[in-house]
Amino acid sequence: MPDAPEAVGAAGVAGATDAMDATGVVGVAGAAGVTERLPAPGMWATYTMIAGMWIRSTLAYRASFVMMLVGNFLVTAFDFVVIALMFSQVRSLGGYSFAEVAFLYGTSTTAFGLANALLGSIDKLGARVRDGTLDTLLVRPAPVLAQVAADRFGLQRLGRLLQGGLVLGGSLLALHVHWTVLKVLLVPVMLLSGTAIFCAVFVAGAAFQFWAQDAAEVQSAFTYGGQTLLQYPPTVFAKDMVRGVTYIFPLAFVNWLPALYILGRPYPLGLPSWLAFTPPLVAALCLTLAGLAWRVGVRAYRSTGS
Amino acid sequence: MSNRGNSVAKGRGAGLGSRALVSVAGEGAFVRLYGVVAAGGFRRYTTYRVATAAGVFTNTVFGVIVAYTYIALWDQRPNLGGYDQSQALTYVWVSQAMLMTVNMFGGGFADELVERIRTGDIAIDLYRPADLQLWWLSADLGRALFHFLGRGAVPLAFGALFFDLALPTNPGTWLAFLLAVLLGVVVSFALRFLVALTAFWLLDGAGVSSLVSIAGLFFSGMLLPLNAFPGLLGEVARALPWSCLLQIPADVLMGRHHGTGLLGAYGFQLGWAAVLLGAGRVLQSAAVRRVVVQGG
Repeated sequence: MPDAPEAVGAAGVAGATDAMDATGVVGVAGAAGVTERLPAPGMWATYTMIAGMWIRSTLAYRASFVMMLVGNFLVTAFDFVVIALMFSQVRSLGGYSFAEVAFLYGTSTTAFGLANALLGSIDKLGARVRDGTLDTLLVRPAPVLAQVAADRFGLQRLGRLLQGGLVLGGSLLALHVHWTVLKVLLVPVMLLSGTAIFCAVFVAGAAFQFWAQDAAEVQSAFTYGGQTLLQYPPTVFAKDMVRGVTYIFPLAFVNWLPALYILGRPYPLGLPSWLAFTPPLVAALCLTLAGLAWRVGVRAYRSTGS
Repeated sequence: MSNRGNSVAKGRGAGLGSRALVSVAGEGAFVRLYGVVAAGGFRRYTTYRVATAAGVFTNTVFGVIVAYTYIALWDQRPNLGGYDQSQALTYVWVSQAMLMTVNMFGGGFADELVERIRTGDIAIDLYRPADLQLWWLSADLGRALFHFLGRGAVPLAFGALFFDLALPTNPGTWLAFLLAVLLGVVVSFALRFLVALTAFWLLDGAGVSSLVSIAGLFFSGMLLPLNAFPGLLGEVARALPWSCLLQIPADVLMGRHHGTGLLGAYGFQLGWAAVLLGAGRVLQSAAVRRVVVQGG
């Protein structure tokens, strides 16, 4: 662990917890009054240190790791195999060709894969609250969010990312799209914003677990469920579902809206096409809201005492 | 409430088991012993009510997503794999209902067993006067019953309410379905038991178990009905043990197996159960001969 400042011991657990809270959320080091306290490590430093530790630990069981990596690659690859099997029976799905669905699949899986690799461990928060190990993290002089996110960092999650990236690359080669500079630039913007939106979903889901510890699985409906939903064209789903993921829970901004612009497809619900360029704004809004939710969650946290 | 849940999770398996042994093994009433273990498996999962509700919610959301993709698929190819659209939708909701019962994602008892092998606690299990495989099978059957009721009923009811399903009205068909589910759970257990035992050699069983559960996810028909698999792939998939978990029970429920066909389906499940349980015993005795308790 980082060189624990002496002052933390003196200030007592309660004080340290407050400081952690503040650094964890806003990234401001230390409480203002205590000048002799060493600056706590930042979010990113904490994250990379803990993640690095877990990577070394994962590599200790190398045969098992290789199998988990292959497994992670395959589990998502099978998702795509299913789509390929569907297209072995039909020529289009919801009016979209195989290459177009592959493009949606690739963008959804890549964005989700990146977010999952970065923050996937966070859904263990409920278990930590329940068994009391969260308290250990709270008294450490490092941001809690980074600690929870990096804990049990799973290097094998790169399997999903790799697989999504391969499908995306393949679909870009297969698509017949009239590429403009704007469309080319929109692809990386879409992937990064999508990752950020999924990250926000992970953080918000974790914050929710402060209250509903056992309900961790609800989060999967929005993370894994969202990823699955976005792999298919919006024309497949009922209008109310599309409305829901556009206006209420803005998953449509991960890939549907920008991707439909790139593919030159009509927008669902008569939405204007300039929405294709809003994902960065939506992502920023989502991250802000998720950060606030996390902050409220940490503040409301009460140790189980076990 | 949730605190209590956690301690129960850790304590109950072992606690209940040893208490049962003292009172029962002396009388030689082995059936009762395994009955108690199964009841413990059931009760252990009833503790997590919020988690169960959360799981039901998630299954239902996935059911809705998959149902719409199947509607799009069967709109393009009516009668794909011999299913009409309402049968395809029935398949979706049965698969969501069965997901936990046959432990499609792996884990459950297998993770616990692997952890006990890794830490060396398995030594304690081995000197208990109870059979290792039967012990875990009983506990898993108890768990499966809870998941069948707690995780299965609501998604299926939701599907029946909001989609046009082809569910049978004949109670006999439902009974036939229950038997097929039971046999599916046994085959699923036998597979996971085999996989868990590889931890004796690999120590960390996570890799193998994730590979096998992925194969299971695909070849059980969880992602797409095995009927809809093209050509040779379909033939192979339907012959593998994973088709016992979901495809056969779902087809039994939709009345696609009857008369001698139904007996054939049961025979197929029983055959795989016997082969896999037998292989588990062989592997277990090989493992026990080489066991060196770690940290002992």
